[in-house]
Amino acid sequence: MRRLTWRPARLTGLREETDSARTLVFQVPDWPGHLAGQHVDVRLTADDGYSTQRSYSVAAPADGDTVELTVERVPDGEVSPYLTEIIEPGDQVEIRGPVGGWFVWRPESRSPVLLVGGGSGIVPLMAMIRAQAGSRVPFRLLYSLRDPSRRYYAEELRRHDAGLDVGYLYTRAVPDGWPRPAGRILLDDLAESGWPATFEPECYVCGPTGFVEAAADLLLALGHAPEHIRTERFGPTGG
Amino acid sequence: MSIISRGFRGRRREGDDRLPPGQYLVDDFPVLSAGPTPRIPLDRWEFAIDTEAEQTHRWSWAELMALPQETPTVDIHCVTKWSKLGTGWQGVSLDTLFENVETAVEYALVYSYGGYTTNLPLEDLLDGKAWIVHQFDGEELEPRHGGPARLLVPHLYLWKSAKWVRGIRLLEEDWPGFWETAGYHNYGDPWREQRYEGD
Repeated sequence: MRRLTWRPARLTGLREETDSARTLVFQVPDWPGHLAGQHVDVRLTADDGYSTQRSYSVAAPADGDTVELTVERVPDGEVSPYLTEIIEPGDQVEIRGPVGGWFVWRPESRSPVLLVGGGSGIVPLMAMIRAQAGSRVPFRLLYSLRDPSRRYYAEELRRHDAGLDVGYLYTRAVPDGWPRPAGRILLDDLAESGWPATFEPECYVCGPTGFVEAAADLLLALGHAPEHIRTERFGPTGG
Repeated sequence: MSIISRGFRGRRREGDDRLPPGQYLVDDFPVLSAGPTPRIPLDRWEFAIDTEAEQTHRWSWAELMALPQETPTVDIHCVTKWSKLGTGWQGVSLDTLFENVETAVEYALVYSYGGYTTNLPLEDLLDGKAWIVHQFDGEELEPRHGGPARLLVPHLYLWKSAKWVRGIRLLEEDWPGFWETAGYHNYGDPWREQRYEGD
């Protein structure tokens, strides 16, 4: 039986994504690998022995001993302020995983893919986008953001190779000259940026609960079958 | 020898012995589910217990409401590490529903509207340990939290408390459910931190 053990993980790289989010690159000796969309548990232990753990989605496909996370700072959180403000290269945490065998994309899959991400819900979807590079499977991403300053992976999404179409929608403030007024996700957004239901795409929806509920309901209304809609939800708590 | 994360202090809580290992407290009620939220009209809702002898016991919504109601106040623990203490529910004890069910088997597979399944030993559903609940905090159970009715088995991680519950199949052999075949623990006792396969 496979057993998920805690492994020491050393921070080797950092990238600021936004004012409140950063990507953390860890080296985890003997990491067993993972699928795009899976998550890991992170455990922090203080010098007096107190410890706590949280789950984070992995942001990039398996690559040797590297595990890459993107963490959004939760106001009043216990773990995310440490990971976004205090930890420095060379510091250690413990990681175990990978966890979750449902919200995953496998490169051998042939169906077109529709990714619908709200806020930090983009993270596991980005792992799928990065895993797609070089495959022939067409991807579409609809990325819902509060305002343009909240965008993760901005450069990479702009210059991504063929095979990925990206649509953005903004819920509070839009860039100058943006045609769509700020507002929550609507049927038209998914009709324009998604695939027709007749193409039977695999749909992956990730974000805060309200966003996921709305997007999944709209996909059903557009005729997508419930068994082709996989969801992952981030509650407002955690961190 | 555990790994120390330099500069981590954390937010400790003194002596809350209601919190299982590795869990933290929340005040709101996060939602986790694997797909879209199914909507089941009450006039088409039913709950069934299917025995190994292929006997089926069925209840309509009205029949469920006519059964003796209980109001458990329990602590709930999600495998994603949040716990919520002192939650108030209303529903029917599984002991009531099993009163006229004859069975000699040990395993149960719970199934839901929308296709979700989860497995547990039958004894974990009996003797005051489990309910079919339809109210949370004095209100009708919202669809996103499993309404119109969900299973409540608070002594196991919350994925065992199947939302949108539709029935229970009694089996001679254990049959792993949705998360149990996707890397999660087969039993899921929060006090033994049985999160994942092999824990």
